[in-house]
This record gives sequence, C-alpha cells and structure tokens, in this order.
Amino acid sequence: MPLSKVSNPVQAGRRYLSGNDAAAEGAIAAGCRFYGGYPITPSSEIMEYMSRELEERGGAFLQMEDEIASISAVVGASWTGAKAMTATSGPGVSLMQECLGYAAFTETPVVVVDVQRAGPCTGQATKVGSGDIMAVKWGSHGDYQVVALSPWSVQEMFSLTIEAFNLSERLRVPAFLLAEEATGHLRERVDMPETVEIYTRDYEPGQPPFGADDPAGIPSMPSFGDGEKLLVTGSTHDQWGFRKTEGPAFHDALVRRLSQKVLSRKNEICRHDGYHLDDAELVVVAYGFTARSALSAVRAARSAGIKAGLLRLITIWPFDNELISRVAEGAKGFLVPEMNLGQVDGLVRAYAGATPVRSLTQVNGSTISPAGILAALKEMS
Amino acid sequence: MARSMEKYLRPEVVTTPFCPGCGHGVLMGSLLRAIDQLGVDMDQTVFVSGIGCAAWIPSPNFAADTLHTLHGRAVAFASGVKKANPDLKVIVVSGDGDLASIGGNHLIHAARRNLDLTVICANNMIYGMTGGQMAPTTPQGHLTATSVKGNPYRPFDLVKLVKGAGAPYVARGAVVRPYELIGYLKKAITSTDFSFVEVMSPCPTQYGRRNKYDSPGAMYDRLGELCGSFSDASCPLPEGALPLGEFNHD
Repeated sequence: MPLSKVSNPVQAGRRYLSGNDAAAEGAIAAGCRFYGGYPITPSSEIMEYMSRELEERGGAFLQMEDEIASISAVVGASWTGAKAMTATSGPGVSLMQECLGYAAFTETPVVVVDVQRAGPCTGQATKVGSGDIMAVKWGSHGDYQVVALSPWSVQEMFSLTIEAFNLSERLRVPAFLLAEEATGHLRERVDMPETVEIYTRDYEPGQPPFGADDPAGIPSMPSFGDGEKLLVTGSTHDQWGFRKTEGPAFHDALVRRLSQKVLSRKNEICRHDGYHLDDAELVVVAYGFTARSALSAVRAARSAGIKAGLLRLITIWPFDNELISRVAEGAKGFLVPEMNLGQVDGLVRAYAGATPVRSLTQVNGSTISPAGILAALKEMS
Repeated sequence: MARSMEKYLRPEVVTTPFCPGCGHGVLMGSLLRAIDQLGVDMDQTVFVSGIGCAAWIPSPNFAADTLHTLHGRAVAFASGVKKANPDLKVIVVSGDGDLASIGGNHLIHAARRNLDLTVICANNMIYGMTGGQMAPTTPQGHLTATSVKGNPYRPFDLVKLVKGAGAPYVARGAVVRPYELIGYLKKAITSTDFSFVEVMSPCPTQYGRRNKYDSPGAMYDRLGELCGSFSDASCPLPEGALPLGEFNHD
C-alpha cells in the first residue's frame, strides 16, 4: 500500500489554531495541490488560507463563480494528478451534488470539507448544525458510496482532513470532512506532528483505468498527460472508459463495483472511539462537536452512579452497522444526541436490534449542552 | 473524413455518431486539420466536452485525453485541468445549449478569468440530442419542440456575449466555410489567452425538418447566404445574418 511517512510541511509542535485553519493545514500536509472554491459561511477561512498558502507551496488556487464550478474544477484538477479539494457548507453541498455523483461514477478522488451550518436552505448561516449527514451520502441521484469523517476537535480537523485525502486517493471516491460550524470556528490547542502519513495515488501504466475483474476492485488511476489517451465520462462505461449506454450488464457491474469497493473495505475504513463502554448499560452514540458534550455528560452520569458510556463515531460513511449491532448486545439503551432531527438516529435504530433507542434532537443553531444529554441519561436510567 | 486524419482517431471508433447531414462531422474534420497543421501534441492535449451531440465530437473519437463531463460544466472542469497543469493544452468542444444556457455562467467567467482555454461552440441553434427543443440560440420566430408557434424570445449573439465578457480572441466560423474555420481554430488553439470560436453547424434532423427545409442541402445553402461576406458597412445586414470572422478587435 503506497502509504508513506513524510515530514509535516506545516509548523510542528504545540499550537493554537482554529478548526478551519487546521483543516487547511491538514490539506497542505496531505499533499493537496489544487483548491477550487466559492465563499460560504462558515467555511470561508479554509479558502482564504488556501488562497494565501497553496501557490507558495507549488499548488494552484481558483476562486470559481459558484459551487457547481468549484467541484467541477476540482474534478478536472484531480485528473491531472493533483490532490484536489474544496470547502463549503450546506447550500454549497446541495449545489455540488450532481458533480459529486460524477466524481463517484468516474472514480475521481476529491475531498470536500463541509463545515455544516443550520439548515435547511439559507437557514442560520453563522449558526451550527449537523444536518448534512444524509445529504452527503444520498444527495446525488443513483447508487454510490462516499467516505465521510466527523471531527470533534481542532486536532481532528487537521488529522481527519489528511485521512479524508488518504481514503479518497486510495478508494477513488469523494471523501467528506463533515465538520460543523462549532468545530470550524473553535480555537484550541493542537499538537502538530513532525511527520504525517500520506497516500500516493496508485498508477500502473497500461492498466484499465475504470475497472478490474475483481467485483470490488479499485482500478489504477492515470493522469492527463501520461499518454494513456484517457476516456473519462459520466456515462456508463467499460473498463477503458468507452461509453456503454445500452448493455444492461455494463451498468449493473459498474454500479455494484463502485459500491462494493467501499463496502467490502469497511473494516479498514471505519473508525470509532469508545469511552466507558466496557460495562455501559446506556450508550450515547455521538459524533462531531456533540460528542464533546456527550463525553462530559457520560462522566457526570458515572459520578451519579449511572453506567453510561460513549460510542463516538469518527467515520459516518460508510456506516459501521456491525459496530452498532455489536455494542447493542451489551446495552440496555442507546441515546443519540444530534444537531438535526435524527439522521444518525435512524441508522442506529436500524441496527440496534431489540435495544431501545432514544433520539435527542436540537436544531436551534446552538450546540447541545452536556446538561441536556445528562438529563436524558437520568430519565433513561 | 480523409484517411490522413485517421491517426487522430481511436482505432476502436468505426462510425460517426452524427445524423446524416449534421454539420458536426465537418467541424470534427476541421478541428483535426487545424491540429494537424499546427503539429499539436495529442498526448499533451485534453479535450473537454459537456453533454449533447457536439460533446461527442472529441469523446470518444479523438485519440487523446478526453473528459466528457456533466451538462454545462465543461468549461469549469477545463479551468481546473488547466490551472492544475498549465503544461497541458486544453480544448473545450461542446454545443450552444451546453455552453450558453446551462453553462452560460461558466462561459462568461472563464472569458473574464482569461485562462489559456480554447472553447469551440458548435452552434446548431437547437437542443439536438434531447429531441429538438428551443435553445438560447434559436432565432426568434423559429420552430422547435418547445416553441411550436415560434420562439418568442431573442437569441444570444454568442460572439458579442463572450467578447463582452472579456475574451481576447473571439471568432465565428461555419461548416459551410471550412477553410476559414480551420484558420480561426488554429488561431484559437495557438492563442495563450482564452479563445472562443462559435461554429455554425446545421442540424437537419431536429432543426431543418421543423423549420421546413426540404433537405440538408437546402439548410447548408441558407447558412451560406446568412454567412455571406458583409464587407460593405453601408449595406444593412440581412435578417438573421451571421457575419463570420474574428471579432477580437474593436
């Protein structure tokens, strides 16, 4: 696997950073060489950082005319061999959806940092939300898979941005950093490592760029200018890229492989954290900023004699359903606090078996407090 | 197409995707002749296209890197390609509906930004692939599947639009005048600025039949009349005239 340890190109050591700046530094560290974007609150600081830094480091920056153009330029840049990204928020994600499907279908690595705000629609642009969980997975038409990671700290805004690039390049899928306004604008201490591990795109000259005999295979990815005479198309295509818009077998095989190449690798992709889970009767399933409040609430519940634990989802997509089923076996109840009306809650319910699931939702543009989660745990105990 | 141009086509491609009488084959041949005469390195050239009949001119026919994108987004994809690797020559070939309607915003912003892109717009004045609906380039009063009583709206003059957006090289050619067209294409490809060539290319199947042309040949004759030389500034242009030439100088 072409994962290599390299010197961290950004300043190492103990630093004090905002989440958005840390995501931008994570992109630099991951080897991002193209940024195409359009300003949108609360993600714009990432774009501003990249506009200052990227060309200094041999990359290219383009402010596009809208989010549709941004993601289109990112896909185009990715095919030149450049690791490429954009950052946006809910309305921008909505506009990008068609092209995210294009990226999935053409197996183009792209990274999208979605600093989520209170939606739907324009909503409360400066306030926090976590309403894009389903949008990033299901927003484009047809069946496809993406990777989405949920950072809970400024440290993870850095490290999970690198991981998003690594997974995107390795799997040839769109990868999201599903950040939230509260984490994007949070300032806290970060321990910047001296080295980082980054993934270099696999390329074997002469190999078919869009398929393999393996029904879960990830093909080699050439770049424009390699002399491979690439045929990249968003129409159904064979392993060399020729349009195959008639044969049912081509479409079936392609759509299934694009899902299977991700789902068959869930064990390698999915990550989570557990706190006090060993003997936990009540398990809080949380992600992103909400997991900070959840951990505080779980500790307070333990002090009050309640056997509570926290299951923090780091990977949201692909969803680790086996993990939920496994934890459900020892639990008497799940509590799922979310800054939406229960998007991960529905997934937990689907795999919780007989274990009851309680949803705690808050969509008022502010973060969920530990007190609210603690109160729910007390009611459940 | 002349056998001498076959070296620029993929060996797997054995038939043209275009309807009988379509102008796009002449445009394809003209573009390849321009490339041939310039000695363009096809291994360092990326052809980007959107959705529609014209998008099939390069994809999959040309033996080069081709990026067949989403409807309307070819210029935005191409901007990313060029900016990320300026050593590549990037040529967009797409239709009027693709570039000027759904992709109109990308077109004018690319002209403003002035990246070194060559954009070739095959203008058949209609949505051909989807069955002959009204385009932003359909002349007022003309018949389409969505304007059966005649298009009530004015069409874009693409040359003026793109020139107004700041493109340093803008030309209009027509498939009825292929030698001039090859000249414009060569200048556009050689230019290191954003360059735009509108190419009038008849669509007998969707446009000609609806607008009562007896044959593809009659469409070409009429296009030839509309593209006539209008050098005498004292003469008013005939209605529907499509003056050919380079429009980069005021």
